[in-house]
Amino acid sequence: MAGGDDLKLLGTWASPFAIRVKLALAVKGLSYEYAEEDLASKSELLLTSNPVHKKIPVLIHNGMPVCESNVIVEYIDEAFAGPSILSDDPYERATARFWAAYVDDKLLASWATILFRGKTEEEKSEGKKALLAALDTLEGALAKCSDGKGFFGGDSVGLVDMVLGSQLSWLKATEVITGEEFFDGEKTPLLSAWMARFSELDAAKAALPDVDSVVEFAKMRQARMAAAAATTPNS
Amino acid sequence: MAREGGLRLLGLTVSPFVVRVRMALQLKGIGYEYIEQDLFTKGELLLVSNRVHKKVPVLIHDGKPVCESLAIVHYVDEVWAATGPSILPADPYERADARFWAAYADSKLLPAWVGIMWAATEEEKAEKVGDTLTAIGHLEEAFGKCSKGKPFFAGDSVGYLDLVLGSQLLWFEALRKMFGVVVIEEGKAPLLSAWVKRFGQTDTAKEVVPDVDIAVQYLKKLQSHRPGSTVAQLLS
Repeated sequence: MAGGDDLKLLGTWASPFAIRVKLALAVKGLSYEYAEEDLASKSELLLTSNPVHKKIPVLIHNGMPVCESNVIVEYIDEAFAGPSILSDDPYERATARFWAAYVDDKLLASWATILFRGKTEEEKSEGKKALLAALDTLEGALAKCSDGKGFFGGDSVGLVDMVLGSQLSWLKATEVITGEEFFDGEKTPLLSAWMARFSELDAAKAALPDVDSVVEFAKMRQARMAAAAATTPNS
Repeated sequence: MAREGGLRLLGLTVSPFVVRVRMALQLKGIGYEYIEQDLFTKGELLLVSNRVHKKVPVLIHDGKPVCESLAIVHYVDEVWAATGPSILPADPYERADARFWAAYADSKLLPAWVGIMWAATEEEKAEKVGDTLTAIGHLEEAFGKCSKGKPFFAGDSVGYLDLVLGSQLLWFEALRKMFGVVVIEEGKAPLLSAWVKRFGQTDTAKEVVPDVDIAVQYLKKLQSHRPGSTVAQLLS
């Protein structure tokens, strides 16, 4: 690891956006200081480092803040030597950026709907359909991107692996909370194998929270939301 | 303009997502076949080239489709790195900054002004106008920091963020004409106001940006067909 680089990551343990930055830092073999933020009481550093959104993650490199998780991951890839997170080939890079956007737009939105955003059973049910559809699409994407190798990035973990991988604990937590199985070894064999392979990586073991903690966190948040809805008139 | 074999762009003339890609190609001096799409009745080529989203723009290079406007702009910059000016800056931190603000322009500014066009009530419209002006306020500040006293976000000449925000300008004109809303007001956003004029004078803008009346006509067409369309249905 290069000396003289001061790296600090502001994040929260459960956030897929923060987790993917941890994965990127791990893949590059970079040391950094991690600061867990309390989103109910944001630090001065967070507020001054990300004045526009006041959100995590923020990577502070030699005092200079970088915000927006996928922007941070690409920054890490470009600013530091080490294994590439994005391919050198422009078409592969475009494909990776496309699927990374898809994972956040479609997949993340679907489990967030099931757990939090869906107010009615119908909305949650739509979320479940969307989740299954997204996983089905990603199975096809993995077949193309991996080209027979282990990851979306090929032989090694790339942007899409990190963006999807950062959501694994949440995806499993969604299965636990709903009591339903979304990962089907028969319908999405490549994804299922990828999940197992990804979870075994040292970087994943270090960055991904355990599923039980996420389940507990999600249930607490659901309870808080229900309480707020109950006490809000005309909600 | 160098004619690049096997380069086609599926688009909608008035879509900011398409306009920025055309600007990128113009900057690089790359020739291509432009194919206007009917988003009400989507053609086979679009449906096949962007199976996942069925949206424009799609750049088809030697038969291989590239989707998502910002991914396409990066692709153009990378494939034709040796041709014409660079669209993204060389320095990783400056690249991150440009990408941050581009994401902001698309996720905060764009939905806000689109919201003005589709607001069902005066209250909602006022809220969306407020959101739009807040976003412009942030971008005014960003311009000051990014440009460092130079004419464009990217410095001496246009770059990534100029294209991303510049591709939305024709709709600001349409908003002024149709709703009397002034998005970039000289008094409130002097730096951006001056930048708008400068950007409008560039070859990139002159060659790519359609007349505001075309945008107005398209909006009227949408209003008669699809009340309450989301951004996705409206412009891509």
